[in-house]
Amino acid sequence: MSINWRNIGLFAAVGLLILGTGVFQSWNLALTILNMGLISAIMALGVNMQWGYAGLFNVGIMGFTALGGLAVVVTSIAPVGEAWSAGGLRVVFALFVGLWVILGAVQIYKRMTPGKTRTLALLAFLIVGFFVYRALFDPAVQAIEAVNPASQGFLGGLGLPVILAWPVGGLLAAGAAWAIGKTALGLRSDYLAIATLGISEIIVAMLKNEDWLGRGVKNVVGLPRPVPYEIDLQQSAGFVDWAQSIGADPVSTSAVVVKLGYAGLFLAVLLVLIWMSEMALRSPWGRMMRAIRDNEVAAEAMGKDVTRRHLQIFILGSAVVGIAGAMMTTLDGQLTPASYQPLRFTFLVWVMVIVGGSGNNWGAVLGGVVIWFFWVQVEPMGQALMDLVTAGMSEGPLKSHLLGSAAHMRLFTMGLIMLLVLRFSPRGLIPEK
Amino acid sequence: MDLLNAIVALSNFVLIPAMAYGSQLALGALGVTLIYGILRFSNFAHGDTMSFGTMVVILFTWLFQSWGLSLGPLPVALLALPFGIAITALLVLGTDKVVYAYYRRVKAKPIVLVMASIGVMFVLNGVVRLIIGPGDQNFADGARFVFTARDFKEWSGLAEGLALKSTQLITVITAAIVVALLFWFLNRTRTGKSMRAYSDNEDLALLSGINPERVVAITWIIVAALAAIAGTLYGLDKSFKPFTYFQLLLPIFASAIVGGLGSPLGAIAGGFVIAFSEVMVTYAWKKVVTYIVPEAWAPDGLLQLLSTDYKFAVSFAILVIVLLFRPTGLFRGKSV
Repeated sequence: MSINWRNIGLFAAVGLLILGTGVFQSWNLALTILNMGLISAIMALGVNMQWGYAGLFNVGIMGFTALGGLAVVVTSIAPVGEAWSAGGLRVVFALFVGLWVILGAVQIYKRMTPGKTRTLALLAFLIVGFFVYRALFDPAVQAIEAVNPASQGFLGGLGLPVILAWPVGGLLAAGAAWAIGKTALGLRSDYLAIATLGISEIIVAMLKNEDWLGRGVKNVVGLPRPVPYEIDLQQSAGFVDWAQSIGADPVSTSAVVVKLGYAGLFLAVLLVLIWMSEMALRSPWGRMMRAIRDNEVAAEAMGKDVTRRHLQIFILGSAVVGIAGAMMTTLDGQLTPASYQPLRFTFLVWVMVIVGGSGNNWGAVLGGVVIWFFWVQVEPMGQALMDLVTAGMSEGPLKSHLLGSAAHMRLFTMGLIMLLVLRFSPRGLIPEK
Repeated sequence: MDLLNAIVALSNFVLIPAMAYGSQLALGALGVTLIYGILRFSNFAHGDTMSFGTMVVILFTWLFQSWGLSLGPLPVALLALPFGIAITALLVLGTDKVVYAYYRRVKAKPIVLVMASIGVMFVLNGVVRLIIGPGDQNFADGARFVFTARDFKEWSGLAEGLALKSTQLITVITAAIVVALLFWFLNRTRTGKSMRAYSDNEDLALLSGINPERVVAITWIIVAALAAIAGTLYGLDKSFKPFTYFQLLLPIFASAIVGGLGSPLGAIAGGFVIAFSEVMVTYAWKKVVTYIVPEAWAPDGLLQLLSTDYKFAVSFAILVIVLLFRPTGLFRGKSV
């Protein structure tokens, strides 16, 4: 394989953009952009698996990201003992009852002969089951939320190292993807889009409302970190000596070092994932996936189970998004359910995938970093543009309105980029080979 | 036990709001279903088309209000509505020409059209926020109530009040007129018949000399009208906020799919199914039940099945059930 100078050039250009930010603005900002860019790249990678390998349209990226965020809380926060003794086991029991009701309903549906009796039995079972579940669940939740509501009021997590939360986030997302895929795959392609849109809204609604799980809109702050705290670095004599020996200010250096630590971790995850997906794409399995994508009928005629393979890739891709979601919450150090906006998470990631080059893993990575870079930098640019446009205007409501709405330029720009790339360069920056 | 009060409370909190909401959803779902039937893709930009149309109506309403115009008990927005429809129609025809026409010509997969519609959604969302801002806008004027809860209590002597907001009445009446016009158009006029023919069998329609571009253009105009009307009615009844309109996408899609994508009658039925389930599942039944059952059985809790924040879960659950058991919807829409 010849060395592809064009692609190397593209990545180098992105590197230069970030280095330029470091030189001209600040290294702190450059690393902030790089870290979120790496996370975005992983999200784009996951979405690219679904879209590029299989042609599945997932509009619920926000939901899978949010599940990853939840995973950080349930894995890494120390358990709240009082809340557990107040109602922890009761909640778990209630959830088991709920699960049992659903499984029971499925069994009734499968075992009984179709007809009015079955419908009635099913309905009666579900209604009774629902009320039993609520009767068990509600008091337990109230008991938990009453425990020290100002700072706790939730069950806490398992108290495990925060790195473990990343695979857990993948697992949670994979579970949700399984449920959705089972329902919507095999039907027409739009249905998956609508179903994923729905589930992501519901996941976020759940995060906002189930206070016993992740404190809802009260947020969980102070999540543990996989890297040292800036303040600890500043207090360690060795670090201060080292910083002074290279002639830097210990305070700002500590922030940069911490961010570099994150960047190293994220880069490692990204490289492992991209290596795995490249290997998968070149394996017989990858050839089969592309064959299915390009011609489902032919692949089915060759004996491939299209729906099953679609389910598989949908779960895998969503798991990758879940991992990225967990990494993002780790980076933020807090879970804020209200910050999950579909335009920011779902549709921005789509722009990344399309601009980068659908069907190409490197393209998705490039798109993730590039689009994130512009997403951060367009806002000051938009503000500057608006300042320029309104410079000649006299003071008045129109001017202040235009200045105030500059922030919304981003949505507009991103939509425009998406439409233009889709229309004129549908194969993206790095096309599929 | 007090059946009469129970019925009044039920109407006040469930039946009337759900009727109004259902009419708004039905109009929205009609737009989605028409696009699906004729252009064969799920239009994700529909929610934002609604918000764009409503925004134009609001701007004209403000203009008329600044002139001192008033329709007495009716909201001025009704007067602004035709202008909103016209501008929205220009907008969707423009997007069709700039965006969708190309993908139709190259016969792209439907999913690519869906993606393009997401791009359009982004842009529209940005435009609306740029022009009117992301905040809440209340533009209803005229009489607020046809009759208030107090009027009703005095008139009937019941303990429970029943209020009918004028916006609710306007919503239901407008929706009925629009739906009647639409069905008359689809079933009786030559253009409407050619639209249905194109939707049923594209090849046969083309062979019979139906001009596809004309059918598409008329569909967009009708959809723009439906979107602007649905959006304005929703905004009058509740309030206008761009993000809420984006979120309406889910119940609207659910309505269209529950009824059967591509089936206008199904869209209307679906809208009401979704609206009634949403309101009934998130309503706290305590009051109604207290009136019905003997005093000793009166419930302690609120008897709310799900908190109102989960209203999307209701449309979603119905959507999933329909997809599992009857993917073509109640009225046998298109399955492929």
